[in-house]
Parts: sequence; structure tokens; C-alpha cells
Amino acid sequence: MDYVAPKTAMEASEALVQDGAFALAGGTDLLVKLKTKFISPNIVVDIKQVPKITSIEESMDGWWIGAATPCAEIVEHESLCQDWPGVVEALSLIGSTQIQGRATLGGNLCNASPAADSVPALIAANGTCVISGQTGEREEPIENIVISPGATVLAKGEFILGFKLPKPPSGSGDAYLRLIPRSEMDIAVVGVGTSVSVDKNKKITSIRISLGAIAPTQVILDGLEDIFIGKEPDEDSINKLVSLAESACRPIKDKRGTIEYRTKIAGVLAKRTLNIAYERATNH
Amino acid sequence: MNDMTQTNFERALKIVGSRPARPDGVDKVTGRALFGADKSLPNMLVGRVLRSPYAHAKILSIDTSKAEKLKGVKAIITSVDFEDFPSEFVPNGEMVVNMKDITRNVMAREKVLYVGHTVAAIAATDEDIAEQALALIDVKYEVLPHVLEVEDAEKSDAPLLHDDMMTIGVEPAPTSASNVAKRVEFGFGDVEKGFSEADLVVEREFTTQQVHQGYIEPHACLASVSEDGQAELWCTTQGPFVVRNFCSKLLGFNAAQIRVTASEIGGGFGGKTVVYLEPLALALSRKSCRPVKMEMNRAEVFTASGPTSGAKIWVKIGVKNNGQITAGDCILKYQAGAFQGAPVGPGAMCAFAPYDLTNVRAVGYDIVVNRPKVAAYRAPGGPISEYGVESVIDEIALKIGMDPIDLRLKNAAKEGTIAPYGPKLGPIGMIETLEAAKDHPHYSAPLGPNQARGVASGFWFNIGGETSSSITINEDGTVGLTLGTPDIGGSRASMAMMASEELGVPMELIKPIIGDTNSLGFNFLTGGSRATFSTGTTVVESTREAIGELKKRAALLWEVSLDQVEWVDGHARLISGDEPKTMSLAQIAKQAGKTGGPIMANCSMNVTGAGPSLGTHIVDVEVDKETGRVSIIRYTAIQDAGKAIHPAYVEGQLQGGAVQGIGWALNEEYIYNDKGELENTGFLDYRIPVCSDVPMIDTVIVEVPNPNHPYGVRGVGETPIIPPLAAISNAVSRATNKRFDELPLSPPKVLAKLMHG
Repeated sequence: MDYVAPKTAMEASEALVQDGAFALAGGTDLLVKLKTKFISPNIVVDIKQVPKITSIEESMDGWWIGAATPCAEIVEHESLCQDWPGVVEALSLIGSTQIQGRATLGGNLCNASPAADSVPALIAANGTCVISGQTGEREEPIENIVISPGATVLAKGEFILGFKLPKPPSGSGDAYLRLIPRSEMDIAVVGVGTSVSVDKNKKITSIRISLGAIAPTQVILDGLEDIFIGKEPDEDSINKLVSLAESACRPIKDKRGTIEYRTKIAGVLAKRTLNIAYERATNH
Repeated sequence: MNDMTQTNFERALKIVGSRPARPDGVDKVTGRALFGADKSLPNMLVGRVLRSPYAHAKILSIDTSKAEKLKGVKAIITSVDFEDFPSEFVPNGEMVVNMKDITRNVMAREKVLYVGHTVAAIAATDEDIAEQALALIDVKYEVLPHVLEVEDAEKSDAPLLHDDMMTIGVEPAPTSASNVAKRVEFGFGDVEKGFSEADLVVEREFTTQQVHQGYIEPHACLASVSEDGQAELWCTTQGPFVVRNFCSKLLGFNAAQIRVTASEIGGGFGGKTVVYLEPLALALSRKSCRPVKMEMNRAEVFTASGPTSGAKIWVKIGVKNNGQITAGDCILKYQAGAFQGAPVGPGAMCAFAPYDLTNVRAVGYDIVVNRPKVAAYRAPGGPISEYGVESVIDEIALKIGMDPIDLRLKNAAKEGTIAPYGPKLGPIGMIETLEAAKDHPHYSAPLGPNQARGVASGFWFNIGGETSSSITINEDGTVGLTLGTPDIGGSRASMAMMASEELGVPMELIKPIIGDTNSLGFNFLTGGSRATFSTGTTVVESTREAIGELKKRAALLWEVSLDQVEWVDGHARLISGDEPKTMSLAQIAKQAGKTGGPIMANCSMNVTGAGPSLGTHIVDVEVDKETGRVSIIRYTAIQDAGKAIHPAYVEGQLQGGAVQGIGWALNEEYIYNDKGELENTGFLDYRIPVCSDVPMIDTVIVEVPNPNHPYGVRGVGETPIIPPLAAISNAVSRATNKRFDELPLSPPKVLAKLMHG
């Protein structure tokens, strides 16, 4: 097994085109797969030295978070935490304190697990990602990346360079909650990311909710606008949200939860994340 | 031992009862301590195991020829390398073992009986070659239907694991084989009469799942057998002497040929009392004449070592309206795993043992299923049966409107109570722990919304057993202790403290080590909460003998008769005489050469008189009624230790047992698919609690001395895992107004009960 650490995006893509090449960012998934012999790469391409891939930048347009930035660094970025508290909460839940020092958003997305914690929050935040390949860069909405458990749209030689999040308008808030049996060090049975914006009268102007671990890929809830736009959340709209979330579920039954349980929890977490996000939006 | 007239219950103690740093502490925190997998030798081979992919199958053939030809493969073993044994049951501490079964569990013979069952083992020059060689072994199986649950296994048309197994303990003796290995019954009085006298009778069925001890250190060993048949074995174990005896029997060695050295141990909890890799490594080393090291990975630990039983139990208790219990009855059906030997005997014996009853019966069934053979786990069998009884006690308390501690106090076992398993109890601390619980501020603290408080008690016997240790007085006045029970909970510190108290020399001058099997007489393993009690007894005895010798030497040097010398604060002192005369231990030791030679003493005995330990736990839970998640908000563990030699380590035992019980109650379970494959073979999905899952566990040590130990020690390690299961279930039941009767109380199960009843 070879190891390379290219200094440019182009060199990285050229290395990744080779048969049996795997990209290494934080390695918190890759190394486990290596050790358990789930994969046997011919070449491991450490992409952390590519420019911009480990940086966090704020501009008029919004935020740039390098795909290989360790979660621990993101969590300590105060103004990003103020703008996107839900996204930061979500990524701070990945693994343990030690794992946080290595784990990355690029890795969490490309591992393509339905239960990835950061992904529903990034989708709810209307995030996009910049993909680097041999022919240059392209930008895609985050929800377009994962196509099935373990599989992404990334072509040979492509890797995620970084994530873009918009600058939230005033009166915005987001939230992420997951259900795990333990209190940490666990995998989401269900995860829900919610982002809302409100006007001066606390009426909702935009809303976006994404659910994880309840279908083969993350799900974006359709039909929220009809229920919430121009209104404050009330019992009726919350009940509709719960039904909408429950009916969006296409979960499997496995060792981590029954279909009934996952469906029920999707509704509960949709409700709870909306409450938190709305509270944050009205105080923003 | 019972003639030990000098007790220390009233005497002012200097060291015993204090909290000095443990002698093994620095090595543990710096990483210098050597655990099971840390030992290596030149020319060492790597051993690997081929395991059954099937839950139940006949082995038609095993062809190792291709694997043998692979360069780097030095030895391959299968069942032909082990001799067979007739069926014979021999006691092994708290469990009973059968060599016919042990040899089959170590290496499958006619059949494989669970996924993960060992079929062959390989020693090769490196890991990759060993892995390749495993893939080259061709095993032909005839797959058989399997059975995982006791209620399926006991049916007459169930797949039979052992076609010659006739149920023991039923009349008339059965004429056909079944999966029910034995029936046991304990109790006295007339339970039907008792129920007829009751104002209220509550009966309920309970289910518990198979759980693993969850020790962090996987099984590991290093074996080296020389050309003349002398064997060295380093391994992580609770009992090196027991390992020696198992291995010598399995492999045809005599005891003197195998020298076993126990490494530091990264948790055992009963699970490191039997052999898995050790006989394989020895057999591979004998065949290859090279050292062989073997380690399990986590998946192997879960699938192929011994967890404890899952069970179905039924409990029925009758009471008068004033809380007086009129009768208690229970039926316990425990999974044994692939071979008989579920801890249902002790489970039945202790089910009602916290109480003073006149009509009591406990019936147990030991049932084989296609799961790994169970091993001991902290109070084996106790948590399961007492969970059922303590849950019904709580339900009764609610129904008759009585405080659950008052109900227990009303029926508490005390000195003179006839235990349901037969003997008359000596002094025990059931009432004292209940009173301490009631007086604790936790018991009257206010509760928040969706919170409730649960209480449960627990009883465990504790054991003594064969024990041997020695003490040496070094020429510079320092002291060596050689102990035969591996230190799994701070026992080296406790032993040094007891020797220090007796000798009157500082604990820092006493070096306790765990000896190998050639350095002492036989020691039964560290288990049954026996080390501080049993080894402690021998340490005190041998220390007193050494003191006698030190006095003799002083008498010689002073040219006085022995009765003129007493031992005070680490010094010999002349009792009479014109002026006070003393000689320190170091001064006597320095001159030992001219007064008769080195000073040492040893004590070997079969220690009896272990004192049962009672505990009562209080837990506050908060239930998220929308998700079914249960959070532990506050926890207090109260227990009778007899005497806490090192209170911090007693508290550690109480806290550790409580946390394991919390895991058992909330999330731990073996999850099998329909092929009989274990689906959660790692700690990600086998959910032992993490730190943030538990609050700081508050502890209260009650001390009702055990008259059979020089300092009153009972043994504390096992009792604390018993109360948590019912305490938590009772709290969740009270928080939700639903009676929970199934473990674990995982979020999906709790929510399903809240939604569907």
C-alpha cells in the first residue's frame, strides 16, 4: 500500500484516479475500515495539504469550511458558531473528544452513511460543496452527493475541497438533534437538522428540514412552506410537521431500532428541532 | 481459621480503613504495567482461530492439508489434538464444570454449537500468513436447525444440542434427551398455604437478555513449550492455578510441567475464570516447539467467550396488608449457552435471600441454546432472579401503599434467619443497609418532572476456598508478600495494608506481588468476592507467624525467654527489665543470619466462613416519554462491607457494580439475527455505559463485621451489580405508571410499552 500527500488539488486528483486509491482526510472512518480489512487500498491519498482544504473563511457571500478541517477547530470558531449553531452542534456530536481532533465534514459526507450527523444539518442550512477533479472544480448542493449507503456521485479523481454555507439573514436559527441510546459515542438512530428564518413579526419566512437515518440517504421534507410560511408555529402546524416527518420515513429495522421507533422519533425530533431553531431565529 | 481469637473489630486501627495509593498504581497510569497481550518472546509465532460460521452444524470433515503447505505455517490443531473426557461434573467456585464439555468448547468435536465456536487453530510466522492459512482450511458442515431462546429450546420438538442429555433433577427420570440440562429447587414451608393467607398476591413474568462482562482487555496469552515438555504460560486470568489445572487436564501435562503467570488484568468480572485461547496456544507451541501468542479481537470476545445468561423468570409473592410476606415462589429459566452450566442454582438460592420467609420456593432450569457457553459474571445468576423478586416487591409496595424500604424492613433477613437455600444466617447487614438508605438525603430529595425514584436490595453469598500466600522479611527491614489471587480490584493494596497493620511497619515498605503457580500452593481464583476475605485471612495468619519468629529472634539476641518479648508498632519490646528495651523489625532482620537464617512464613488453608453481603440502591431516573430514553439522574449504592480495608476500593467496587448493572438495565443485550449470528459484536452497538451516561455514583459503606475474618471483611465485589436492574426498572415503572418487566429498558422498548402498554 502506497501513501502520498499531494500539495495541490490537481496532484491529488491525479493520485486519486489510480485503481484502488482512497482519499484520507481525518482517517476516522478510513483507518477503521483498513484495520478491519473492509478495504485494502493500493494507495492512500492524504489530501490535507491541498490549499484551502483545512481553512475556515468568512466573506460577504458566506462561509467556507475546508473539507478536511478537523471538527475540533470548527467547534472553536466563534462567529461560525453564532451563524450556524445547529451545524456546529451536529458536527460536534461525531465520535469522541479524540475523534473530534481528526474527524472532518468531507469525511462525514463521503463515508455516505445514512446516519452521518453533520449531513442533515448542512442540508438544512442550504449548504453546497465544492468538488475538485481533474477537469477543475464544480459546486453541488450537499443533498446531491450521497446516492445510497456507502456510495457518492464523486467520479474517479474527484474529492470534496470544501463546503459553502450562506450568511444567514437576521432572524435565522438552526438546530440539530439526534436520538442515541447512550449520551455520546454512538450512532444516530434518527437525526434531524432544521433551519428557519423569521420576519420582524416572528412569522416564518423560510424553513428547511432534513432527516437522517430514516431512509437510505438523507431526506429533505417537502411541503413545509404550505404549513409554516407567514405563520408562527402552533399546535396545528406542529402536528402537521410531525405527520409529514413520519410519512417521509422509509427506515430499515435493524439492531439500532425498529421501523415504528424510527418513524415515531423522526416526528419527535422534527418538532423539537423546529422549536429550538425557531427560538434561536426569534432571538437572532 | 475459626480459632483466630484475636479479632480487630474493636482495636484502634492505623492503616486498615485508610486510603493509601495502590502499589500498582504508577505502572497502571504510566502504561508500564504488562497486560495479557504485552509479553513477547524471540521466535514467537502468531496463533489464530478458525471459528464456526454456523449456529448449529455437524462437522463432516476438516481438511488442513492446503493450509499446512503454506510457507510460514508451523502448526495446525483441531479436535484430534485433544483427548476426549467422559461426562463428569466438578465444582469450580461458583460454577460447576464438566471436562467433556470444556474440551468441546475449547475445540469443537462432533458439532459446532454456536457462531464463533472454535474449529481449528493455526500458528504461523506472522499475522498475514496465519489469516491466509485460516482461509485454506476446508471444513465441510451439515447445517442443523438452531435454537436461541429458552422457551423454544425446552419444547419437545426443539433441535437438540446434545442428543444424550437427560434432564437431571426431575422425577421420574426422563427417557428421552432434551435441551433442559437440570432442574433445581430450594425452599421450605408451604407456598400454597402462604398464598391462601395473603391479602394480596402479585405474580409477573420477566425477561432478561444475555449480557457480556464487557472487560476492556480481550483474552490474550503467550505459551512456550520446550522440547522436553516444560511449559510456560503468561495470560490474563482471574486464576492462574485454575488455568494450570484446566490446561494440564486438557493437554495431558502434569501440574508441575505448566507454570502459569497471570498478567495484569484489564477487567474480568468472572469472565476470565475459564480457558479459551490458553490450551490452544499451549497445543500449538507443543506442536511447533516455538512460543505462540494469541489474542482475541473484540468480535471474538463477544461471540466466543462467556457472557451470562438471558432468562425467562416468573415470580409470585403474597403479602398481608401490613406488608408481611406470606409466601414467595419463582421459576427461573436460564440460558446456559451451548453447554450446560447456567448459574441458575445460585440464582435460585439467592432470589429471596434478602428476606426472612416462612414459605418460599425457587425452581430453576438450566437450558442449553446455540449461544456461547456462559461464564461467571459478577454474582452469577443473582442479578437475574433478584431483579424479578425486587420488581414484584416494589409493585406490592405501591399496591398496598407502603414505602418500599419499610416493606423490605418488615421482611428483612437478619442474624438467625433461615436462608431459603438452607443455612441459618450469621450477622448480616440487610436491616442496616435499608436504614442507611432511608436516612440518606437522596431518599427524601425532591424529584423533577418525568422523574421517579426506585429502590432495590441485593444479596450475595461470597465464598472462601483454597488459598495460599507467603511473607518474607527482607534483610533491610522491608517485606515481601507473595499472593496467589490476581489483583482485579486493588487487593494488593489491601493485603499490604493488613500486613502493615499487623507488623506495624509502613505500607510503603511492603511489596505485594502475584506469584506464579510454582511459587505457592494452590489458590482458587479471584472470584466470588473472595480475595480480600480469603487471601487476607492467610496474609494476617502468616504475618502473625512472622511476628512470632521476629519475637523469637529478639529473645535470642536479648538472651531472654520468648514470653518476655512483645511486638508493638513494628518493634520487639522487652516486657520487663530495668530499662525499656526495643528492637525494630529492620534491626532484627539485619541480624537474621546469625539468629537462624532468613525469616519467612506462609499460610495455606481452605478458608471458610465467608459472610454474605447485602446492598440497597436508590436511583432517580428521568423518562423522556416521547422517545423512551431513560436518563440516570442520581444514584446511591449502600452496602455492608463487613469491614472496608481500603474504603476507596470498596467504593470503587460499589460504583463499578452499579455502572455494570445500569448497562444491563438500560441498553446491553446480545442481538441475534435469524441465522443465529450475533449482530452487535462491538462496543458501538453493544452499549455498555459511557462516562456521561452515569452520574457520580454516591456510596455508603455499612460495616457489620464478619466474625470469621480477622478484620471483619465480607467481600464486596459482586453484590453491587444485583440491585441496579430492579431499582432502575422500578423507577421507570413509577415514572410512567406502567409496570416494566423486560430488560433492557432501551429507548425503543420503553417507547413501545408507553405506546402499546
